[in-house]
Amino acid sequence: MPVNSCNGDLVIVRDDGFRKDDLADCEHLTVEAELQGVESPVFLEISNDQDPDILIPSFCWLSAISIRFPDFVDGRGFSLAARLRQLGYTGRLRATGSLIADQYRLARQSGFDEVAISRRLAARQTEHQWLAQMDRVAMSYQSRLLKTTGPITEKPTGLRACLPGGIRGG
Amino acid sequence: MYRYSQFDDEFVRTRVAEFRGQVERRLDGSLSEDEFKPLRLKNGLYLQLHAYMLRVAIPYGTLNSRQMRQLAMIAERWDKGYGHFTTRQNIQFNWPKLRDVPDILDALADVSMHAIQTSGNCIRNVTADHFAGAACDEIEDPRPTAELLRQWSTDHPEFQYLPRKFKIAVTGSPNDRAVTRAHDIGLRMVRDDFGKPGFEVLIGGGLGRTPMIGMVARAFLPKDHLLPYIEAILRVYNLAGRRDNKHKARIKILVHETGRDIIRERIEAEFKRRLAVFPGIDPQLMEDIDASFRLPEFIDRPQDEHEGLLSSDPEYREWAEQNLTDHRQDGYRIVTVSLKAIGATPGDATSDQMRAIAAIAEKYAYDEIRVSHEQNIILPHVPLASMPGVYADLKAVGLAAANIGLISDIIACPGMDYCSLATARSIPVAQDIAREFNALELEKRIGHIKVKISGCINACGHHHVGHIGILGLDRAGVENYQITLGGDGTETAAIGRRAGPGFAADELLPALRRLIDRYLETRLDDRETFLACYRRLGEAPFLAALYPDNPRYAGEQL
Amino acid sequence: MPRKFTPKVITSNDLLEGDVIYLARDGEWVRDIRRAALYDDENEAISALACADSHRHRHVGAYLADAALNDEGLPDPVHFREVFRTRGPTNYFHGKQADS
Repeated sequence: MPVNSCNGDLVIVRDDGFRKDDLADCEHLTVEAELQGVESPVFLEISNDQDPDILIPSFCWLSAISIRFPDFVDGRGFSLAARLRQLGYTGRLRATGSLIADQYRLARQSGFDEVAISRRLAARQTEHQWLAQMDRVAMSYQSRLLKTTGPITEKPTGLRACLPGGIRGG
Repeated sequence: MYRYSQFDDEFVRTRVAEFRGQVERRLDGSLSEDEFKPLRLKNGLYLQLHAYMLRVAIPYGTLNSRQMRQLAMIAERWDKGYGHFTTRQNIQFNWPKLRDVPDILDALADVSMHAIQTSGNCIRNVTADHFAGAACDEIEDPRPTAELLRQWSTDHPEFQYLPRKFKIAVTGSPNDRAVTRAHDIGLRMVRDDFGKPGFEVLIGGGLGRTPMIGMVARAFLPKDHLLPYIEAILRVYNLAGRRDNKHKARIKILVHETGRDIIRERIEAEFKRRLAVFPGIDPQLMEDIDASFRLPEFIDRPQDEHEGLLSSDPEYREWAEQNLTDHRQDGYRIVTVSLKAIGATPGDATSDQMRAIAAIAEKYAYDEIRVSHEQNIILPHVPLASMPGVYADLKAVGLAAANIGLISDIIACPGMDYCSLATARSIPVAQDIAREFNALELEKRIGHIKVKISGCINACGHHHVGHIGILGLDRAGVENYQITLGGDGTETAAIGRRAGPGFAADELLPALRRLIDRYLETRLDDRETFLACYRRLGEAPFLAALYPDNPRYAGEQL
Repeated sequence: MPRKFTPKVITSNDLLEGDVIYLARDGEWVRDIRRAALYDDENEAISALACADSHRHRHVGAYLADAALNDEGLPDPVHFREVFRTRGPTNYFHGKQADS
């Protein structure tokens, strides 16, 4: 069933700074909803213990996935994001919950495109505190260690036939 | 030795600047203490009993004279003129002020050092055999692997907020000097039947509240597969490790609760996926790492002076017998510098001592220094021709204690003298034991024995793997010490068994005397070590010695 | 049966210095336990701790620690851990014992 847990109170952090939540009015689904029946691009919210494999067949319909961080010290969302990317999900990926400015780089490097934070946190950790990390997004030991053959992702069967989602952010 | 690339240098500098900003943001309220705490811990900064404590990484325990001198400078300028070398091959400063810490980190960066990931729920500083590159029994030098893992784990975006801390140790020798079986991941370098290099991978070892010996996850992992396999372990752990109870959050509990076979399957499944997309390590980068650990050129020089002193100076002979280990190269020895002078705090060195060690390493020993997990300093490559000079210079600063492997060579955590988690003190216990058996002139007679003391259940003093382990507890507001027997941290690893009721502080030494006397009475000859004797006879005669008035144990005496 | 409340002081560590500090009667943080406020009443102690906890820009990790009046009528620590916190380590003459 569609669940609208979202409201206009979120501030979205991207590499170019704070912006309004353009997905606030979008149709929200949770995993329990029937993904197959949906034909328009949708926005799926998942918890950080979601099994990502069952989402593979729906990748083509998903324009955005949001992974919830119940607490900023609970790092499961980083691994889940990395796994979704490895499984071939190329749509928009958002981290929602209680991440702090100091984690923005980790989120970006794990595969997230953006972080959604509360207005309250945005007031305490202002835009420039989040932007302070931007120049370090590309600075990573992990990518430096690897042979430069370009990124490889697993290609689950059928994914190639998918059309890209309609509201990919950027 | 590994030298920082431009990337390493820029990374560490950026990280210092980031931490400087985080301190300011803590002070201006942008960061709450709850948010600041994990950030400061990832930069090695604890708040202890009396002050902050900064834990500086010494990756796989290796440093040079310039770095050692800088540690001495830091101790003098920002601390109280000493540092404490730890069981994870790091060094701790006990008295820094919050505002000074960014400057200290900058001073570390000046000599290619940092304090990154020496604490917090992330992959900690990687440890390795302290005899690496010098040991006779070495299959392959573990340091390039350890350096690769240092780089890979540093600021790994996926693994900065794990359920709990995560420790990795590497050894390249069949004789395990890195306690690999008591780590979250232990890597033992081995070769397969065709001589191809790889690792035996152990997971789920650890001491602390629930001590466990690691299980073999993979009997042979090809060297090239190391990173995807380790990432697979970490990902499985990060996603499935318990987060509801911090005492059950280590990977050992996940392995135990899930079952060994299921965990192995999950890791293998994740590994297959990761391997499929793993492009391999940049060969140039790996070659550069390998090249930086090439051994120095050893030269044969006359050893007449050394030979002469062996016969003319009994103190020198005793030191040489006790503190030197055979080297892979004829005419060379590995020197273990004891930080356990009788009555001293185990693992502590003053700034003057650090500078003296630096000067000796520079002058005689290829500018290489190691820190052992047993809280001593190692000079890995010392020509016998230079040994008399090394000894004289060490003696001049009180570092010539000839007690390596003896009862006074004790591992002890800082305990309640410094640590906010401690339930009792460790340091005075170590001091008392060393003084007592030294005064009795029993040390040499007792021979090889490992005594390890922890000031709380978290077991930083490795008491579970001590031949004699001592655990300090708080029993109704009084310090009380529990003894464990038969532990072993080597390739024949075993968790020690708790002997029985604990001892009050003033009962502990007499109890240890009875225990040691029993060993001396019952051993086959002076080649049978305490551990061997304990294994042969079982615990009964030792328990009877510990608890002579307790009928439950005394009955076993005959 | 609920345990009988024993007198407590409020203690913490200074944010900048890391040093052990105590809450005094006038709401100031002091370095000497003998100047600390001693709470005989449990509710009063708990509400004072909650109040102390709200100025977290000054200190880290405030808690209640058992204390008792000495012969001079000033608070002394009860538990050995708290005794060490008023002095410093036993292996070196460092910390509060050397400062005073």
